[in-house]
Amino acid sequence: MDIETVKIRADKVQVFYGENHAIKDVDVNILDKTVTAFIGPSGCGKSTFLRCLNRMNDTIPSCRVEGGITLDGEDIYDPRVDPVQLRAKVGMVFQKPNPFPKSIYDNVAYGPRIHGLTRSKAELDEVVEKSLRRAALWNEVKDRLQAPGTGLSGGQQQRLCIARAVATEPEVLLMDEPCSALDPIATAQVEELIDELRENFSVVIVTHSMQQAARVSQKTAFFHLGNLVEYGETTQIFTNPRDPRTESYITGRIG
Amino acid sequence: MSGRSLFAKDARTAARNRAERRFRAFGFSAILLALLALVWLLVSILTAGAPAFRQTFLTFPVTLEAKLLDKSGIADPAALSKVTTTTYGKLLAKALEAEIAARGIEAGDMKSKDFAKMLSEESAATLRNMVLADPSLIGQTITFRALASGRIDGYYKGRVTMESAALDKNVSPAQLALAERLKEAGVLTITFNPGFLTMPDASDKRPEAAGLGIAIVGSFLMMAVVLVLSLPIGVAASVYLEEFAPRNRWTDLIEVNIANLAAVPSIVYGILGLAIFINFAGLPQSAPIVGGLVLTLMTLPRIIIPTRAALKAVPPSIRDAALGVGASKLQTVFHHVLPLAMPGILTGMIIGLAQALGETAPLLLIGMVAFVRDFPGGFFDPAAALPVQVYNWTTRGDPGFVERASGAIIVLLAFLILMNAVAIFLRRKFERRW
Ligand SMILES: Nc1ncnc2c1ncn2[C@@H]1O[C@H](COP(=O)(O)OP(=O)(O)OP(=O)(O)O)[C@@H](O)[C@H]1O
Ligand SMILES: [Mg+2]
Repeated sequence: MDIETVKIRADKVQVFYGENHAIKDVDVNILDKTVTAFIGPSGCGKSTFLRCLNRMNDTIPSCRVEGGITLDGEDIYDPRVDPVQLRAKVGMVFQKPNPFPKSIYDNVAYGPRIHGLTRSKAELDEVVEKSLRRAALWNEVKDRLQAPGTGLSGGQQQRLCIARAVATEPEVLLMDEPCSALDPIATAQVEELIDELRENFSVVIVTHSMQQAARVSQKTAFFHLGNLVEYGETTQIFTNPRDPRTESYITGRIG
Repeated sequence: MSGRSLFAKDARTAARNRAERRFRAFGFSAILLALLALVWLLVSILTAGAPAFRQTFLTFPVTLEAKLLDKSGIADPAALSKVTTTTYGKLLAKALEAEIAARGIEAGDMKSKDFAKMLSEESAATLRNMVLADPSLIGQTITFRALASGRIDGYYKGRVTMESAALDKNVSPAQLALAERLKEAGVLTITFNPGFLTMPDASDKRPEAAGLGIAIVGSFLMMAVVLVLSLPIGVAASVYLEEFAPRNRWTDLIEVNIANLAAVPSIVYGILGLAIFINFAGLPQSAPIVGGLVLTLMTLPRIIIPTRAALKAVPPSIRDAALGVGASKLQTVFHHVLPLAMPGILTGMIIGLAQALGETAPLLLIGMVAFVRDFPGGFFDPAAALPVQVYNWTTRGDPGFVERASGAIIVLLAFLILMNAVAIFLRRKFERRW
């Protein structure tokens, strides 16, 4: 594996929620310009591990992270790192859609505004349109950009959150089950977006759909009870799993 | 198909329905009882207090004779101010007597002194102030609207009757009979009394002249102090405790203390204010600044608690969303959390202010109960306060003050209703309809 292309390196990561040991000894290298899928049964720690990668776990008082995680070789848990700056680089789409109770436009424009990414209103309009197009939402909302984002359907809200996350042009995009509330058409559009993002960014996607993992990802990590059981090329994981637990999960026997 | 028909109610369902009906009946009677109590309260206060807004006046021409009021003849202010209200009182009584004679109204065997007693002593002072403010009036004949005495006024409000007047040394049945004839002639009128809202308090003997002017100004100044201090301090403290402070033993201790402070009897804050602001800091007694500071201390915990509740009620997913796109903690709070909590914060704020507006006990301790005749020029001048004025009037002897006290309660309630209306309006305005 070429060291140049490693974007995020996790080294013996442990996560505790109080006494609960949620992530145990996870080592993983997430490559640049690659889609990595995290699969595993519910409660195995996929979201928890994902949230370590942009330090969203900092907001949970009981949560403790040990081990090392580096982004482009820099330790993201170093005391010199401002998590705010990190999160501008590592964007996130949450498991439950959480649009701001503001207009659709303001939802998408919020990130670029606080990071000062645009210089004029026209430029901002452009970013908003581009982001909404990438999230396959533009056609549905282009006539009501000033309508409240919370007035959209669940699936539309999720795509709005995706648009909001890509508007800041993050280097890594963490997506926690982005398609769980979407219909097959919107799912296909989001998968297309993920594929497109791969040209420039690194994408990590948590999914419960084996087909989706097989379709969009190049690398797959299988988590089970807080352990990273198997990590490798997606084709290899799905056709020729090395661990019996992986095999039983992808064939539907545990989970 | 097995089992019972859907149309047949089983015993459990029937019991559940009975329990629900019982609960509804309890709830309904509780509300009814509360409403009845409220109606009773309002009716009794309104009937007792409404007369305070109407007042008996006597209107007649007065010739401001120069030989009495301006002996020097040069309208020298110093000389003019030497003329006392007694002179003006005599002048008024003479003018009233002359008017009665001129209109040919039967006055019986009343003496000059008896005419004077039909007028409020305050009238003479009012006329004197008029002349001092505008000495060119001297020598002219003006139409003067004089306050009738408290007893005459009371006769028209049902406090005084012919029988009680016969036993009263302040009023005689003959005076009341004359008042009746004056009313027929249009000299005596009962009209709306703006002075109740604008005039200062009056002494024990003159309920007819007592007004709420200084109390309203004083309460207003105190509310301004409370608002300016407790809104920023309360909101800042709540935001810090809720969003930034670490959760440890110290913040737990602070939390418990805030909850306890909200329950401390208000008079304790009065003692604290007396010790700190007056005895230690040397601020003047009876001043709105001190009242405002004491009420701020009292109001702060009562604002912090609902504000924190409003902040807590903002869904954590909104904070995650903002942090997730790289907003800082402060941006998250000010761009997303505070606007969402605003309706709750404002409601808490206005309820806190309303409580402060009606608070009496701590103000008694810092001297707001003093008798003040001059309008305060600022936060450091002596003033009164509405609830204290109510308390003050209820302790006075003259029955005329009962109506004044109830009238003051009406004014206080009107202010409270106004504040609640503002709270509802702001709530609506800030409420996210999505
Ligand atoms: N905020 C929290 N506080 C305490 N424990 C938590 C918290 N979040 C997650 N956990 C625990 O950590 C473990 C992993 O949870 P996590 O949310 O990462 O699972 P997941 O793999 O994302 O599951 P799902 O597929 O259902 O989303 C669970 O046992 C859960 O109970
Ligand atoms: Mg999850």
